[in-house]
Amino acid sequence: MKVALFVPCYVDQLFARVAWATVALLERLGCEVSFDPAQACCGQPFLTAGHPDAARALARRWLDVFERAEHVVAPSASCVATVRRHYAHLCPDDPRAAALGRVRELCEFAVEVLGAERLSGRYPHRVGLHPSCHGLRELRLGTGSERSVEYRDPARQLLGALDGIALVEPARRDECCGFGGSFAVTESAVSGMMGRDRVAAYRDAGADVITSTDASCLAHLDGVARRIGARVRVAHVAEILAEASA
Amino acid sequence: MGHPAAAARFTADEARAHWHDAALWFVREKRDRAAHGLPEWEALRASAAAIKAHTLDHLAYYLEQFEAAATARGAHVHWARDAAEHNRTVHGLLAAHGVTRLVKSKSMLTEECGLNAYLGARGIEVVDTDLGERIVQLRREPPSHIVFPAIHLKRGEIGDLFHRELGSAEGLDDPTALTAVARAHLREKFLAAQAGLTGVNFAIAQTGGIVVCTNEGNADLGTALPPLHIACMGIEKLIPRLEHLPVFVRLLARSATGQAITAYTSHFHGPRPGGELHLVIVDNGRSRLLADRTHRSALACIRCGACMNTCPVYRRSGGHSYGATVPGPIGSILEPARDPARHASLPFACSLCASCSDVCPVRIDLHHQLLAWRGELVRAGHLGRARRLALGAAGLVLRSPRATAAAGALARAAARALPARWLTRAGGAWTRERALPEIPRASFRAEWRRQRGR
Repeated sequence: MKVALFVPCYVDQLFARVAWATVALLERLGCEVSFDPAQACCGQPFLTAGHPDAARALARRWLDVFERAEHVVAPSASCVATVRRHYAHLCPDDPRAAALGRVRELCEFAVEVLGAERLSGRYPHRVGLHPSCHGLRELRLGTGSERSVEYRDPARQLLGALDGIALVEPARRDECCGFGGSFAVTESAVSGMMGRDRVAAYRDAGADVITSTDASCLAHLDGVARRIGARVRVAHVAEILAEASA
Repeated sequence: MGHPAAAARFTADEARAHWHDAALWFVREKRDRAAHGLPEWEALRASAAAIKAHTLDHLAYYLEQFEAAATARGAHVHWARDAAEHNRTVHGLLAAHGVTRLVKSKSMLTEECGLNAYLGARGIEVVDTDLGERIVQLRREPPSHIVFPAIHLKRGEIGDLFHRELGSAEGLDDPTALTAVARAHLREKFLAAQAGLTGVNFAIAQTGGIVVCTNEGNADLGTALPPLHIACMGIEKLIPRLEHLPVFVRLLARSATGQAITAYTSHFHGPRPGGELHLVIVDNGRSRLLADRTHRSALACIRCGACMNTCPVYRRSGGHSYGATVPGPIGSILEPARDPARHASLPFACSLCASCSDVCPVRIDLHHQLLAWRGELVRAGHLGRARRLALGAAGLVLRSPRATAAAGALARAAARALPARWLTRAGGAWTRERALPEIPRASFRAEWRRQRGR
């Protein structure tokens, strides 16, 4: 199966290992992975900063790059959410923006398209899976605590099936980490407090590792954890799955 | 002071911010138990959203139907275009009846219009009879939450306030004792009142009746004794028929406090024998919001406060940090409509987690509207030219993979070369709260090209 890799801009610039883990995983599952270097940012940071015109220009570029790809996969629920949930509104006159269900988060793709219900591998650690707010409440990957409606959680499913892993649940299991894009900078006081509260919650639940489908949440939580000297490390879901099944 | 500065002050006392956060999370958990306890919860939300959408689509028709039905029952209906006309109308009615002592149950609309100060300046004593409202009134500050006006205060502080203002014993902090003090004090006010003013939770077009929900019965006591009842409502409080009411009554208290229903759900159909009922229906910018495609569904709000209780930012910054009549997620949508320049920071006081949208009983797409407001406020120039220009420049760079690669390589090289202390200072607000990540040597795309060719 041919997969076009969609690498979030900040992963490309700062967290290449997350993209490499994604490639490793997809290839292990039998995919032929391509990476088009013409791709740029999906536009989310501009949309959330109140600059939809810049976001629109980036969206059009994104649509140009990925127009002919049958499957597009990204190690980021929030970038996928931007494409699937916001592009139609951002580019209402572009028919390509209306049919973007083929763009998926990595675990979502593995479980729902490749049918990989479990990956064999070993990861003997106590892990807290931090739900990406956009993954949870925009893409409905996982069941949110606000509603009784149940949804599949592909990341949780794949992680839970690893040998030796203990998935721990913190208090307030899906409270936002406080990254929020430019919010992390414009409302840094609240953002910092939210991050510290999440790190404490995962530590209290016994987690040694905090993971997520979003590297942005993880960069924020890791930054907070190291600032306060908390004994917890972060790893993207792709990194855990790739390492476990290597 | 915009939200960021006010929030930074609130979080500076981290212990107190945690206390405030825990108090409101507790209410969110109660809401969860109530909502999850009803298998038909999502169906109720869908019905409520549909009823409100329909009503808003035909608001003029239902307003006229309501006026006719209410008038037929002997109520007097007054229309107020804006806050000033609302205040003049209410004052006019009180003055005509020789009222100098008014008791008032909770009405965010009257807060919005600044009614208390207006009447106070004209020699009318206004006593807010909801306990939380009375507390903040005695402290001469606005409410910090639309359902729990004094949630930002600790028991001991209330005890100090009552000691100062009501002459109760010093050092009182037992809730039952404090409530007894307030009750005795408010009883006097109820008995002495010459008129009672209430808000309106729901107005029913078909019957011309209004419904007022309280836990303290203060709306009832306030209107049962005096001969004059004035009820103030925004135009959006209408629902078409009585059969629609249960949908909202089942959603309201569960969303607000986690109760199945408020202790008192009072229906007023016309004046009581020997009394007068005056309904003041207020626009004050609501019809302008109605004309706004993106934001009109915000008028469906039933003022339950669930969005505030679930908002991780509201819980950690407190209602006063919003500097607005209605704080939290819904306030951050309604207030910029009223005064965009003053409230431009509010839609940004949000991490876009979308929890608010998932607890809203009438399914307002709060997180989408907050996002939409950001673009509108930036375009209108309320967030400064510098920011717009910076974002525009960044957008141009990111549109070009070559420019991005160059900028990224430069930034990474600088970050790896510069001393950590410099970086921390240069990191600004990011590094105020967080350590910088380990900066890699190369971007993914550079490594891919090296390892895999183009």
